[in-house]
Amino acid sequence: MIASALEFLRLLSKRPVGLAGFIGVLAFGFMAYIAPMFVPLQDTPNIREIYQTPTFAHPLGTDFQGRDILNQIVYGGRDILTVGFLAAAFSTTLAVTFGALAATVGGRLDTVILGITDVALTIPQLILLIVVAAILRPSGFLILAVILALLQWPSLLRQVRAQVLSLKERDYVEAARSLDLGLPHIIFREMLPNMRSYIAIHFILAMTQAIYAQAGIIFLGLVPLSGQNWGIMLYFANSQGAIFFKDSFWYIISPILAIALFQLSLVSLASALEDIFNPRLRSA
Amino acid sequence: MTVTAAQARVRSATNPRRYFGAAWRHPVGRAVLKAVLTVWAATTITFFLIRLMPGSPVDIKIDELINTSNGALTYEEARVIASSLFAINLDAPLHEQYLSFIGNVARGDLGFSFLSSSTSVTSIILGVLPWTLFAVGSGLLLSFVVGVGLGLVAAYRRNSAFDHVVSSIASVATSVPNFLTALLIVLIFGVQLGILPIAAMRGSYTPGIQVGFNLTFILDVLFHASLPIGVFFLTNLGHWILSMRSATLAALDEDYVTAARARGLTDGRITTAYVGRNAVLPLVTQFAIAAGYVVGGAVIIEQIFVYQGVGLRLFNAVNQRDYPVMQGIVLITTAAVVTANLLADLLYTRLDPRIGRAGGSGG
Repeated sequence: MIASALEFLRLLSKRPVGLAGFIGVLAFGFMAYIAPMFVPLQDTPNIREIYQTPTFAHPLGTDFQGRDILNQIVYGGRDILTVGFLAAAFSTTLAVTFGALAATVGGRLDTVILGITDVALTIPQLILLIVVAAILRPSGFLILAVILALLQWPSLLRQVRAQVLSLKERDYVEAARSLDLGLPHIIFREMLPNMRSYIAIHFILAMTQAIYAQAGIIFLGLVPLSGQNWGIMLYFANSQGAIFFKDSFWYIISPILAIALFQLSLVSLASALEDIFNPRLRSA
Repeated sequence: MTVTAAQARVRSATNPRRYFGAAWRHPVGRAVLKAVLTVWAATTITFFLIRLMPGSPVDIKIDELINTSNGALTYEEARVIASSLFAINLDAPLHEQYLSFIGNVARGDLGFSFLSSSTSVTSIILGVLPWTLFAVGSGLLLSFVVGVGLGLVAAYRRNSAFDHVVSSIASVATSVPNFLTALLIVLIFGVQLGILPIAAMRGSYTPGIQVGFNLTFILDVLFHASLPIGVFFLTNLGHWILSMRSATLAALDEDYVTAARARGLTDGRITTAYVGRNAVLPLVTQFAIAAGYVVGGAVIIEQIFVYQGVGLRLFNAVNQRDYPVMQGIVLITTAAVVTANLLADLLYTRLDPRIGRAGGSGG
C-alpha cells in the first residue's frame, strides 16, 4: 500500500501539471476543512470598511458590508466541496453497481438498465436540475448532493458497463467463472480492483460536474441561501450589482478564482491519473 | 391496393404488439421508438414532480388567487380557475389528469401561462426561440469550425510550441465553468478596462429600435448578441480543439496514411482528404448532439447578459412559479435533444459507410 502510494507520487512528480493539480486539491481541502479550525470567523459588518482594496489586514479586500473576503473564501469552501464529493460518491456508486450488474448478468436485465440509462441520458440535465431545484428547494447539502447525483449517473453507467463488458472476456475472469466463485466474488474481487483507477478518474470528473451544477444553481438563487459558500458570494455580488461597481473587483474575482482553480486542479489531477494508469499512454 | 393497406391497418390495430416488435427490430424504428419514449419520460417526470410535491404548485396557485382577490373568490372558485390554468381537471383522479395532460401535449397544446391566461405557452416559446437559436447556435458553429481547424494543426505539429500553447489554453477553457468565463469578461473588459459597454449590450436589442429587416436593426442585434456568442465560442472551443487533436493523432497512425505517404501524395492532400475527413467524422455526430442542446439555451449565460432567450425565459418562469411555461420548455428542449441524437445516429451511418456495411453483413 505504502509502496504503491510512493510509486504513484514518483510517477506524478514527473508530470508538473498533474502534480500542481494534486497539490491544488490538497491545498483546497486543507483550506476548506482544516483552516476554519484555526482562523476565527469574521462576519460582523463594518460599514467604515466597505469595498476595500487588498491591504495587510484584508489580503483580498472587503465586501459590500465591509467583511473580510479572504475569511469568506476560507469558510466558503467546505459546503461546496462536501456537496461535490457526496454527489460524486452517490452517482459513482449507482453507476458502478448497476453498470457492472447490467454487463455481467446481461440479457433482459441489461436491456432494461441500458434502456433507462439511455432515456435518462438524453433528458437535458441542467434544465431538469433547475426545475427540480425550484420545486424541491433543497436546503440541506445531503439532499442537494442526491439531486445532483441523480442527474449525473447515466453517462458514467454507460462507461462502466462498456468497461466491464471488455473485462468480462479477460482470462482471470474466465478462470473465476470456471471455478464457480459466484457473481459477487467476480464483480467485487476480480473486476472492481482492476477498474479502481478508472473509477477514481471518473469520480474526480463527476465531482467537477457536480460543483459546476451546484455553483450554477446557487448563483441563480434557486437554492435557499444558508451559511457561507463561494456560490452565495457570487450570487450576492451579482444581485447587489457589485459586478458593475469598479471597486468591488476583489469581491467578485475571489470566488470566481476559487471555483475555477479548484476545478482546474481536479481536471489536471484526473488527466494525470489517466496518463499514469493507462500504460499505453505512459511514456516514462 | 387500397384494400390491402386497409387490411394491414386493421391487422396492426388488432395486433399492435407484433408491429411494435417489428419496429423494435429495425434499427431506425428502434431509434425512433426510443426517442418517443424519452420525450414521454421527460414529460411524465415533470408532470408528476409538479403534481406530487408537498405544497404543489396547484395549491400554491389556489392560495395566491384567494389572497390576491382579497376574499372575493371562494376556495372552490379559485380551484376552478387554477385547474383551468393548469389545463387539468383537479377533481379527476391523478391518472385521468395525467392522460388528459398527455393527450393535450400529443395534440401540441402546451397550455397557457399563469401570468397571462390568454398567452399560450407555445407562443411564448416561439417568441424567445429565435434569439437563442441565433446566439447559442452561432457560438457553437463558430467554435466547431475554429476548434476543428486548430485541433488538426495542433495534432500535425505535435509537441511544437503551437501545440503546447493551443492544448493548454483548450484544457483551461474547458475546465473553467462557462458562466465564470462570462463573469470574468464582464468584470475585466466591461468594468475594469471599460472596453465593452456592458450596460448598453444587455438585452436582445436596444429598446425602442424599429424592429424589421433593415441594416440598423441587424447591426443592433449583432451588437447585443456578440457577448453571448463570444462566451459560447470561447467556452466550447476547447472541447472541439482537444477532440479533433486526439482524433487526428489516432488517424495519423492508420495504415492508409502511411500508404498515402509512401505513394508520394502531398501533405496538403493527405491532411484534407485522408486524415481530416476521417478524424472529423465522430466530431460531426458530437456536433449534431450538441446542436440539440442549443434549443434549451444557456440559462446562466443568458441571465448574466439579460439576453431574451429560452434559458432566461425558463429562469423567469421558475422565479414566477409559472409552471406551464416550465413544463413546456422542458418538453421542447428534450424533444430537440432527442431529435438531434436521432439525426446524429442516422447521419453517422450515412457518413461512415463502414457502419452500414458491418450492419448489413451482421444482420
